[in-house]
Amino acid sequence: MDLQRKLEILADAAKYDASCASSGAARKDSRGSQGVGSTGGAGICHSYAPDGRCISLLKVLLTNACLYDCHYCINRRSSNVQRARFTPEEVVQLTLDFYKRNYIEGLFLSSGIIQSADHTMELVIEVARKLREEHLFRGYIHLKTIPEASPALIERAGRYADRISINIELPTQAGLTRLAPEKNLARTQAAMGHIHGKIEERLADKRKPEAPKPPPFATGQSTQMLVGADESTDADILQRADALYTGYRLRRVYYSGFSPIPEPSKVLPIKPPPLVREHRLYQADWLLRFYDFKVGEIVTPDAPHLDLALDPKLSWALRNRAQFPADINRAPRETLLRVPGLGARNVDRILAARRHCRLRLVDLLRLRVPMKKVLPFIIAADHTPAHLDLDGDSLRQRFLPPPQQMELSLAGPPPTAADNASVLTGEL
Amino acid sequence: MHTARIKPTLESWREEARALLVRRVPPDAVLWFDASDEPSLFPAESSPPPAAVSPTPRVSAAFMELARTVAAHTDERRWGLLYRLLWRMTHGGERALLNVPTDADVRLAEQWRQAVSRAIHKMHAFVRFRLTGKDEATGREQFVAWFEPEHRIVRLAAPFFEKRFAGMDWSILTPVECAHWDGERLHFTPGVPPSAAPNEDALEDLWRTYFKSIFNPARLKVKMMQQEMPKRYWKNLPEAPLIPELIAASSVRVRTMLATEGLEVKPAPRNAYLESLPRKDHPEP
Repeated sequence: MDLQRKLEILADAAKYDASCASSGAARKDSRGSQGVGSTGGAGICHSYAPDGRCISLLKVLLTNACLYDCHYCINRRSSNVQRARFTPEEVVQLTLDFYKRNYIEGLFLSSGIIQSADHTMELVIEVARKLREEHLFRGYIHLKTIPEASPALIERAGRYADRISINIELPTQAGLTRLAPEKNLARTQAAMGHIHGKIEERLADKRKPEAPKPPPFATGQSTQMLVGADESTDADILQRADALYTGYRLRRVYYSGFSPIPEPSKVLPIKPPPLVREHRLYQADWLLRFYDFKVGEIVTPDAPHLDLALDPKLSWALRNRAQFPADINRAPRETLLRVPGLGARNVDRILAARRHCRLRLVDLLRLRVPMKKVLPFIIAADHTPAHLDLDGDSLRQRFLPPPQQMELSLAGPPPTAADNASVLTGEL
Repeated sequence: MHTARIKPTLESWREEARALLVRRVPPDAVLWFDASDEPSLFPAESSPPPAAVSPTPRVSAAFMELARTVAAHTDERRWGLLYRLLWRMTHGGERALLNVPTDADVRLAEQWRQAVSRAIHKMHAFVRFRLTGKDEATGREQFVAWFEPEHRIVRLAAPFFEKRFAGMDWSILTPVECAHWDGERLHFTPGVPPSAAPNEDALEDLWRTYFKSIFNPARLKVKMMQQEMPKRYWKNLPEAPLIPELIAASSVRVRTMLATEGLEVKPAPRNAYLESLPRKDHPEP
């Protein structure tokens, strides 16, 4: 099989992993060496596919042959997909060739599990070792690790990689038992705990001024959860994510809306969730990490799913109208962070500006704050919302997307490919 | 009215601005022009006699940092805006002006700074090198890229490429200014026409294969793509010509997937590792 065909199969096999970050690595670069590569700034998206996803890393599997039978996965052993396998040298060369042309930030390597977890892990590590030691590659390396692999191997992977990750895939053991029988939540979390321990240990070593420089170790770990492949609610998903953030200090939890695959499984009836559900989960995730929200405020036992029509912060504000309006000239930071339409950066700008003057609506306009959204929730020097605004039943209506007009004209233009696809995917 | 005709660089502006400030020339008495622009209808004017002379004022490092980025913007009003900010901070009694993000002048400068930063970021992302040869003496590979940046950012964007690609020789050619790295020294030469750039690299076919294969047709988000990868950059991206056909074919691909009959489960093969996995008890943690 030629290289082009292998790349086609093994990139196709890897595309269901949503992770694309290339930020958060330790600062390093190629100055003074014969190699190439640098990391440490913000990540760079070198291209975008028409699915709206950033392409920053060469994301491939070493092989798509797999012993496991995870029903949402195109590479499961029951799938009839064509199998291929890269040699470590081929992946090394592709990474360097793409990198030198500035197509990518580095490599994201994963693999189907062949022979055993340890054997697979050794092959994956060998690629990273060659890049780092033989080619002095200082670009970004993200290695997917296997929770069942021995701790010593996961540690070796962390020496070469900037980021390591283990996909948790589903938020509950019940879901895994049904859809991914070889996977186990306790084992996955134990492995995450081990990686977390290593990262912390290395950070502590770095703080000791007199100690010799410790060998490098990945600076972060991330994971992915599938959305809509099982019956889990948004509350299940967010609670699991929150436990991972607080328990193991994960850098990111990626949410990947389950999308139809070729070679689907009988066990998994295909009814892909609307893409907007994934989007709402990311918004909720942001509220947890940067806006001091608690899971219990975003989803409740009565309403375990996020509102698809409104963003979760606005939804929360509509349920908690008694806390508004907030005075932008007086309210503390934590209150301003909860105002729908005010992002963290604009909150900081407001706090800086109000030390010098009383803020009026024109100031917010200059900061490009979405006025329609914030007005009912704030008091400014020249604005107080009408009482009716916050109490009225119509407030929610005001924020809902306008109703869609059905196509009536028989002579109307035929639907485009994009129209058809949006009907199928439910994208708004 | 005073006319300041300067080379479009921060250094020229700084020199001129310093002279004007010392002579206490207020911002609305100065017209700023790039020396590279067409000669103005107004006759060149000798400097007016100083109204009053004040000592050279000092400004914060934060302002110089802001000015460095804003200076790279192509809006012709940038020199005037920077001088007005400078004046207000030094002669207008608004020392802490930069801490007022809602001020109209500060806000505009901030927006231009963001536009320039974004253009630099996009240059870091969308430059595509092509292999042109190998230096026989040093054994170093040589790469050349053609790029059309937004704003005058080549000098601001170049240090990134030096750090990242230290081990290879490279040139980035643009219509305004070109950057070159030979392993020792980063240097700049005047702009060149697009015909000076190499037009193909054998690896681009593999890169297009990758681009095609990593795309998931079941989640089309064209607007999102275009927002982050504006069309103005497409003509120099080897992968961009594929985009229309990928979009057009996606609905058929999705329909095929949805219409495919689900496959039966295959039993586990005999494998010592699989058998070693505890299958019975999956305690919820």
